[in-house]
Amino acid sequence: MAYDEERLARLLQALPPAPEAWVRAAQELPLSRRELDVIVARAEADARFREALIADLEGALAAEGFEPDERTLERLRHLLAS
Amino acid sequence: MSDAQLVARCRAGEEAAWNELVARFSRYVYGIAVQAFRLPEHDAEDVFQDCFARVYENLDRLRDDSALRPWIGQLTRRLCIDRLRGSSREQPVDEEVLLADAEDTIARLDEAMTVHEALAHLSADCREILDRFFAQDQSYRTIGNALDIPSGTIASRISRCLTKLRELLEGKKPDVEPV
Repeated sequence: MAYDEERLARLLQALPPAPEAWVRAAQELPLSRRELDVIVARAEADARFREALIADLEGALAAEGFEPDERTLERLRHLLAS
Repeated sequence: MSDAQLVARCRAGEEAAWNELVARFSRYVYGIAVQAFRLPEHDAEDVFQDCFARVYENLDRLRDDSALRPWIGQLTRRLCIDRLRGSSREQPVDEEVLLADAEDTIARLDEAMTVHEALAHLSADCREILDRFFAQDQSYRTIGNALDIPSGTIASRISRCLTKLRELLEGKKPDVEPV
């Protein structure tokens, strides 16, 4: 397949970078998942912690030193509601 | 590193490999969401994160490790379509027309990915210059300042790097010495 300069330029222009914050958040996924696993395991083992999470998710997590991102919070809300 | 090698290292739990996987496909997923399906920024961000979350969760189920790109492409398409169907309750869209347009754009993005992957075989200088000028739309002055090279030489460097890239894509072995 022939690639002249114009065609190459067009193809290089076609893939601008995704916003850095999006890329970083996706790269931190394994970390977030590990944190989620720790919180869920703790909630399963400790009824009082689970009740605190249901009453005030963000407050209860902050009190225990967790700093989950928004997506982890969303997943926790979903898990606690089910 | 090939896609198959990258998948194997991700499965082994190597964080650096996961970072590389996201970096390698982030433009592709972003391009499908924003260019092919024309999702608004907020929806595109959700699709982007959902896509990588699913890749992370389902990497073990990928049957052919070398088919990572088509798999990610298909995953992104499905997420975009779901998103559009959700929003079409408020604002109807002609799904057939949109999908036909999207497929044309995705075919172009696939070709662009092939070119982008070939960049990895060029010198770091060439990669930087071509990516900054074409994909990031930076001026000669910005590139010159960032890479500490005279801006008057950028145009000729771009031309030389394009020649090397073309040789590589056309199956010739380019000279990879710095430009």
